[in-house]
Amino acid sequence: MEILVCVRRVPDTSENEIELNRAGNDIERDELVYSINEADNYAVEEALQIVARTGGTVTVATVGSEDDEEVLRREMAMGANRGVLISDEAFSGSDGRGIATILKSFVEQGHYDLVLTGVQAEDGGAQVGGMLAALLDYPFASLVTSIEVLEGRKLKISREIAGGNKEISEIDLPCVLSIQTGINEPRYVGMRGIRQVAGVPIPTFGASDLGIGAGAVGEAAAKVKRVDYFIPTLGKGAEILRGTREENVDKVLELVAAKGGLK
Amino acid sequence: MARIFAYIVHKNGIVDDSAFELAAAARKIDSAASPIAILTGSGADLDAACAALGAVYSEIWKIDNQALAYPNAELVRKALLKVLPSDSIVLVAHEHFGIDLAPGLSIKLNAAFVSDVLDISGPEVAEASAGLNLVRQEFGGQVSTHVLCNTTTGAVVTIRPGAFKPLEGPAANGSVVDKSSEVGALTAGRRYLETVVAEAGDVDITKHNVLVSIGRGIQEKDNVAIALELAEALGAAVSCSRPVVDAKWMEKSRQVGSSGKTVKPKVYLACGISGAFQHLAGIKGSPFLIAINKNPKAPIFQVADVGIVDDILEFLPELTSKVRELRSVAK
Repeated sequence: MEILVCVRRVPDTSENEIELNRAGNDIERDELVYSINEADNYAVEEALQIVARTGGTVTVATVGSEDDEEVLRREMAMGANRGVLISDEAFSGSDGRGIATILKSFVEQGHYDLVLTGVQAEDGGAQVGGMLAALLDYPFASLVTSIEVLEGRKLKISREIAGGNKEISEIDLPCVLSIQTGINEPRYVGMRGIRQVAGVPIPTFGASDLGIGAGAVGEAAAKVKRVDYFIPTLGKGAEILRGTREENVDKVLELVAAKGGLK
Repeated sequence: MARIFAYIVHKNGIVDDSAFELAAAARKIDSAASPIAILTGSGADLDAACAALGAVYSEIWKIDNQALAYPNAELVRKALLKVLPSDSIVLVAHEHFGIDLAPGLSIKLNAAFVSDVLDISGPEVAEASAGLNLVRQEFGGQVSTHVLCNTTTGAVVTIRPGAFKPLEGPAANGSVVDKSSEVGALTAGRRYLETVVAEAGDVDITKHNVLVSIGRGIQEKDNVAIALELAEALGAAVSCSRPVVDAKWMEKSRQVGSSGKTVKPKVYLACGISGAFQHLAGIKGSPFLIAINKNPKAPIFQVADVGIVDDILEFLPELTSKVRELRSVAK
C-alpha cells in the first residue's frame, strides 16, 4: 500500500500559553515552541503500522516553508520513507480550499492508495481532508479510530460518533481518511533517530512543478480570510482563589462539602 | 440575499437540539431570513422529524430515499447537490456528521467553507465584501478570531453545538416540500455496516455527585493514582478529558465530552483540564465547577465558578490528606 500522510507544523499548545501580539492581528509567535500537529502524528503512526502489515511506503508531505522541514524529518525518523515539502510564494494566504487544491495536484502526481490527514490542526478547521477527497472524487471518512485492510482494495474502518459509540463502515480505495487522536500509540522519536535522517534530501515542489496556475490558490483565491485575533470571554469568569495553598485546600474542601456533599 | 438552508440531523424521528440553534444562527445572518430546513432520511422517522420542525421553520424540504435511511455523508452530499440552489448559504451542526459532510459539500457547491462557528455578525458589518463576519476559536479555545467569508458563490458554515440559543416559536406552521423525486438512485464508495455501542467500563461516572476530573495536566500514567486517592477520600469518582484517554492512561468509559460520556454531577473538580468545548459539552446540569490549572490563561477559568492557579500534582495530594485528616477527626 502506498500511503501519503499530510501533516502540519503548529505551535504546541501543551508547551505554550498562546498570547496575542501587540497589533492584535496574530498570536505572538516569537517564543513559541512548534511541533507536529498531534493528530497528524497519530496519522503517520497509523500509516507505518499499515505498511508494516501489508508492505508499501509512507510519504509525509506538508504545505509550508523551510521551517516545516523539521517536522518532516521527525516523521522520517519515526519511519516514513520520504518527506516532501510543498512550498511556493504563490501558496501563501491560501484558505483551506487553497491548501486542499495544492494537495490535490500533488496527489495526482503520485499513485497513492490511501491519503491520511489528522482530524484537525490546532489552528485549523477539520476541513482539508474532506475537501481534498471531494476534489479528487475519492471516498472520505473523518474521525477515524481504526483501520483494517480487507481483500479487494477495501478497508474496514471505525469512526468516533457521539457518546463513545463507534460507526463501522467499509470504504473503497483509494480514499482519504482523517485520523482521530488516540487511534494508536505513536512511537517515541529520539534525537539519535532524527540525526540519522538529518542528511536525507527533502525534495521541494512548487506551483510550476504541480501545474498550479497563478491565482488558483493563495490569498487572491481565498474565499475565507482571518481578520484578527482576540481573547474570548465565555462566561463571567471564575472567582480566582488567591490564598496560600493550605487556605485554598480548605476552601475547596468546604465548597465540595457544601455543594456536593462528602460521602 | 442568498437563501439560507439548515441541514437537520435527526435520529429515530427526533430532531437534534442543533436544529433550533441553526435557526437562531440563520436569524443572526439575516434577521428577516426565513431559513429552509433540509432533511434526508427514509419513511416514518423522516416524517416525524419534519413535523417537529414546523414550530420554527416555515419551509421544510425533505428527501426521502431508502439509501438515506442511515446518514452516510457521501450519499447525503450527492442528494443535497441535486436540490440545493447555487449560491446558497448552508448551515450544518459541527458534530461528527457535519465534520464528515460539510467540507466536501462546500467543494462540490463551489462555496466558501468555515467550520465550528460560535457567532455571526450580519452582512452589514462586511457590506463591502458581500460576506459574513464569523467568530471561531483556535488553539483549544485559547484565542478567538474574526473570519471574513466571501459568500458570492455561496457558503457552507458549520455551527458549534450550544453556541447559539435555540430559536423558539412563534409557530411557523412550516409546510413540508417533498424533493425526493429530484434525487434518484444513490451509491457511495463508503458503506455503513454497524454501530458498536460503547463499553460500560468499571465505574459509571454518570452516577456520581462529585467528579474529580483529570486532563493533560496529570502528565503521566503513574500520577493518575493521585486523583484516584482523592476521589476515594471524597467518596467521588475519577473522570477525565480526551488527552488522558488518547494516552491510554484511563479507559474510554471515564471520558467526559461530546465523544465520551455526558455527566450531571453536583460538583466538578476540573484538574489540569484546559477546557476545550468538546469536553465542556459533556458537562450538563450546571454543576459547581472548580478548576485547578497551572496555566492562568486556560479557558476552563472562564467557565468555572472557582479557580485555583496551581500545580495539580502538588495541590491534589494536599487536598487528599486534608480530607483524610477531617475524616479521622470525625470518627
